[in-house]
Amino acid sequence: MKFAIISFPGSNCEYDLFYLLRDEFQIETVFVDYRETSLPADAKAVLIPGGFSYGDYLRSGAIARFSPIMEAVKEFANNGGLVIGICNGFQILTEAGLLPGALRHNESLNFICKPEPLAVKNNQTSFTNLYDDSETVVFPIAHGEGNYYCDEETLAKLKQNNQIVFTYQDNPNGSVEDIAGIVNEAGNVLGMMPHPERASEAILGGIDGARLFQAMIDSQAVKN
Amino acid sequence: MKELSPTEIKDEKLYLDWGLSEQEYESVQRMLGRLPNFTETGLFAAMWSEHCSYKSSKPLLKQFPSKGKRILQGPGEGAGIIDIGDGQAVVFKAESHNHPTAVEPYQGAATGVGGIVRDIFSMGARPIASLNSLHFGEPTDPRTKFLVDQTVAGIGDYGNCMGIPTVGGELTFDDAFKQNPVMNAMCVGLLDVENSQIGAAAGAGNLIYYVGAKTGRDGIQGAIFASAEFSDEKETQRSAVQVGDPFAEKQLMEACLDLIQNHADILVGIQDMGAAGLVSSSAEMGAKAGYGMELNLDLVPQREAGMIPYELMLSESQERMLLCVKKGYGKQVEELFDRYESEAVQIGVVTEDTSYKLYQHGKLVADVPVHTLVDEAPVYTYESKMPERMNEVNNFVPEVTNLNETMEAMLKQPTIASKHEIFERYDSMVQTNTIVAPGSDAAVIRVRGTNKALAMTTDANPRYLYLNPYLGGQIAVSEAARNIVASGGVPIGITDCLNFGKPNDPEVYYELSQATKGMAEACTIFDTPVISGNVSLYNESNKKAIYPTPMVGMVGLIEKQSDITTIDFKNADDLIYLLGTTGNDYNGSEIQKMQEGTISGQFENFDLATEKANQDLVTKAIQAGLVVSAHDLAEGGLAVGLVESVFKHELGFAVAVDLTAAELFSETQSRFILSVKPANKAAFEEIVKENAQLIGQVTAEQDLKISTKDHQEMNLNVGATKTIWKESLAWQLK
Repeated sequence: MKFAIISFPGSNCEYDLFYLLRDEFQIETVFVDYRETSLPADAKAVLIPGGFSYGDYLRSGAIARFSPIMEAVKEFANNGGLVIGICNGFQILTEAGLLPGALRHNESLNFICKPEPLAVKNNQTSFTNLYDDSETVVFPIAHGEGNYYCDEETLAKLKQNNQIVFTYQDNPNGSVEDIAGIVNEAGNVLGMMPHPERASEAILGGIDGARLFQAMIDSQAVKN
Repeated sequence: MKELSPTEIKDEKLYLDWGLSEQEYESVQRMLGRLPNFTETGLFAAMWSEHCSYKSSKPLLKQFPSKGKRILQGPGEGAGIIDIGDGQAVVFKAESHNHPTAVEPYQGAATGVGGIVRDIFSMGARPIASLNSLHFGEPTDPRTKFLVDQTVAGIGDYGNCMGIPTVGGELTFDDAFKQNPVMNAMCVGLLDVENSQIGAAAGAGNLIYYVGAKTGRDGIQGAIFASAEFSDEKETQRSAVQVGDPFAEKQLMEACLDLIQNHADILVGIQDMGAAGLVSSSAEMGAKAGYGMELNLDLVPQREAGMIPYELMLSESQERMLLCVKKGYGKQVEELFDRYESEAVQIGVVTEDTSYKLYQHGKLVADVPVHTLVDEAPVYTYESKMPERMNEVNNFVPEVTNLNETMEAMLKQPTIASKHEIFERYDSMVQTNTIVAPGSDAAVIRVRGTNKALAMTTDANPRYLYLNPYLGGQIAVSEAARNIVASGGVPIGITDCLNFGKPNDPEVYYELSQATKGMAEACTIFDTPVISGNVSLYNESNKKAIYPTPMVGMVGLIEKQSDITTIDFKNADDLIYLLGTTGNDYNGSEIQKMQEGTISGQFENFDLATEKANQDLVTKAIQAGLVVSAHDLAEGGLAVGLVESVFKHELGFAVAVDLTAAELFSETQSRFILSVKPANKAAFEEIVKENAQLIGQVTAEQDLKISTKDHQEMNLNVGATKTIWKESLAWQLK
């Protein structure tokens, strides 16, 4: 089983994912450079890590989406492969059109880093089926541009298709409808601002995030 | 900029504007046997500035212990190195960026972080944590509000983008820092000892490579600027502030670490281009190795047209490093940096003789013996005079008639109020090693793949130093050690930033010499050698110096992660102990500041031996597994220490003390609050004996109750009290 982590210039959470999957889940994980044009043939899931790809210059995720590897990621997603984008990864997925909406500057205009309680709004996805319905989980956030925005029409669709996966209980950044994470219509692409990988070891203060990775590992998409 | 001729420089005394004294200029002439030209005068002015040469502090720095069995590299390199076992070492250093922060706080702070990070990875270490130490004027001052906001934004934006967690720091407010704030940044790195690097350029024919960002006109004379005081009569020197690009630095860091870790065989030396940019990095690398150097300035990547040698050599443009690469391997280095979209350009070669030669447009523009720049700066000692204020007597005893009110008022004091709104603007968790985040006594970072962890803290209490520089210097080190010990660590070394006024002011020189003496003695007692550091003098504005502020950045080693201890009470019914004795120590205290508006009086009650003995007891109890929480007592004394211990888990306590209500706020040093499980009472008391008193218990009821021997009672609700503590600073800074 192989998980592929895409690394862009300026990514800085890629090793956090790598060590977690290797040390806590014994999953074989490889880094894929943004200049590559294809994913490893045996890649079972794609992770787009947090950080500041291209320094977040212009707009977070706006430059990374043009990286050669993104075409392969799109193809992988369109074929039903599991893709998760965390923080900057979420921003890249919206810029790349794999997820609707956009991430704007936090309402306070300040970067915010703290543990944040979230509600699991959809526990039927391949990422969240180990959580209880409406369970409260605590994942840290760490972003300056995490204020999720979409228009009314898109929001109605997100709700209708049950695409809103995580919501903030105490909205820290001004996101529409307290949205912290969404999936695409097919449910195989998840983007979220909070960091489950920072809440997956007891020594770091919480283990709520571990079930998200376990769910991915257990999913049909990864097992097949 | 017009280049004057050597005789014009002499006649018009241009060197004085650049900070070279009459005598210094004369000794340059003697060393060269001729008049220095425009470029050369600039090189000497920068290299002999206080910032680069330590000419006023060198004799004092010699007092510091710098050797020890763990010390692999002491002062003199990019950063010091301390062995932590298993082939790994911790690398750390701190640097001041006070003047740039005063003028342009966002870039000043950001580039302060960028500079110290480069020092760490230039040693071959991966940066694993950043800390800072900030001292500003009162938060009521409008410009201070702006400075704090922008400084925090600058630190956060740079560190967050680099992916280095900012895990700790201190932030205090006093009018003495209004015009001249203190911004000190510390960076800690982890090194595989086999990858250790030094900044030396040896071997004639080897190549000098410039890597990273292009050179512009920003930060020219930065080192000279840092070595002069501010005054309203001189215009503020905005051009002396650099502009940072953390993304470029991240790419540069990854490229340098790749080179060091995977291609060490072709790398001879590496150094950050920090203060005094290209001249200091190149001259120091040559002088250290005992070789000369020739640089062709036409090859230096330039952002602007028409830059003269003086500008190119003294620019402090950020995100640049200098490498010495083995002859024949230039292409390999260029290819490696290209993969990180970072530039690598050969700009010179190492030469057998020890002259330092610069060429531009085919002409020799500077030719000086390299050691004259690096090693021949004059050394000064100054007249020293005890400040008058130290004779002032003040028998201040705080008036506490309503303990609830005094407690609440103390929690609103900006120095005591929660700093969470500040810390939350820093990514404190990236790299997923942060076990203890900002807000405890020290931050704790695990060493991945081992059972070890590193505790780290920054400390200085400028008020104590103002009243008694010698004891204040001892306390700065002791308090840092107390924080490390309370976190379960054993102190292993320090870095420092000595932030003082003008050394030729006898009272300032007294402060500097006494503070360093005190620090040196404390470092000896705690076996914490000084492995790196920086000196920032001329922190004055309109002839008024800041409080003496020797920032101590300390790192401690935790051998077993189970020893990690935090400040918060964790279980109802746990016993609360006060370790150490409490006296009437109010001068320099937070409560004196609050009630009298300022601090004054004599400050004499401190004993290093007691401090060490008390710390050892805490370490022993923690290592025996008997301590649930530990918190060192600092600003606000026992009362504040107790309430800080309940905020995280929102428990209560019931405490009765054999002290007066006023004494609850005394700041006697060398004290800790410890909580212990009832079942461990006997075992704990066996270790601490009569040095600790049982003063109460943690309670499930959320009431904070203290009764005193003068029959005063405090009874507050934890939720309401926490709100006051948590929200006060944000309100004051709005």
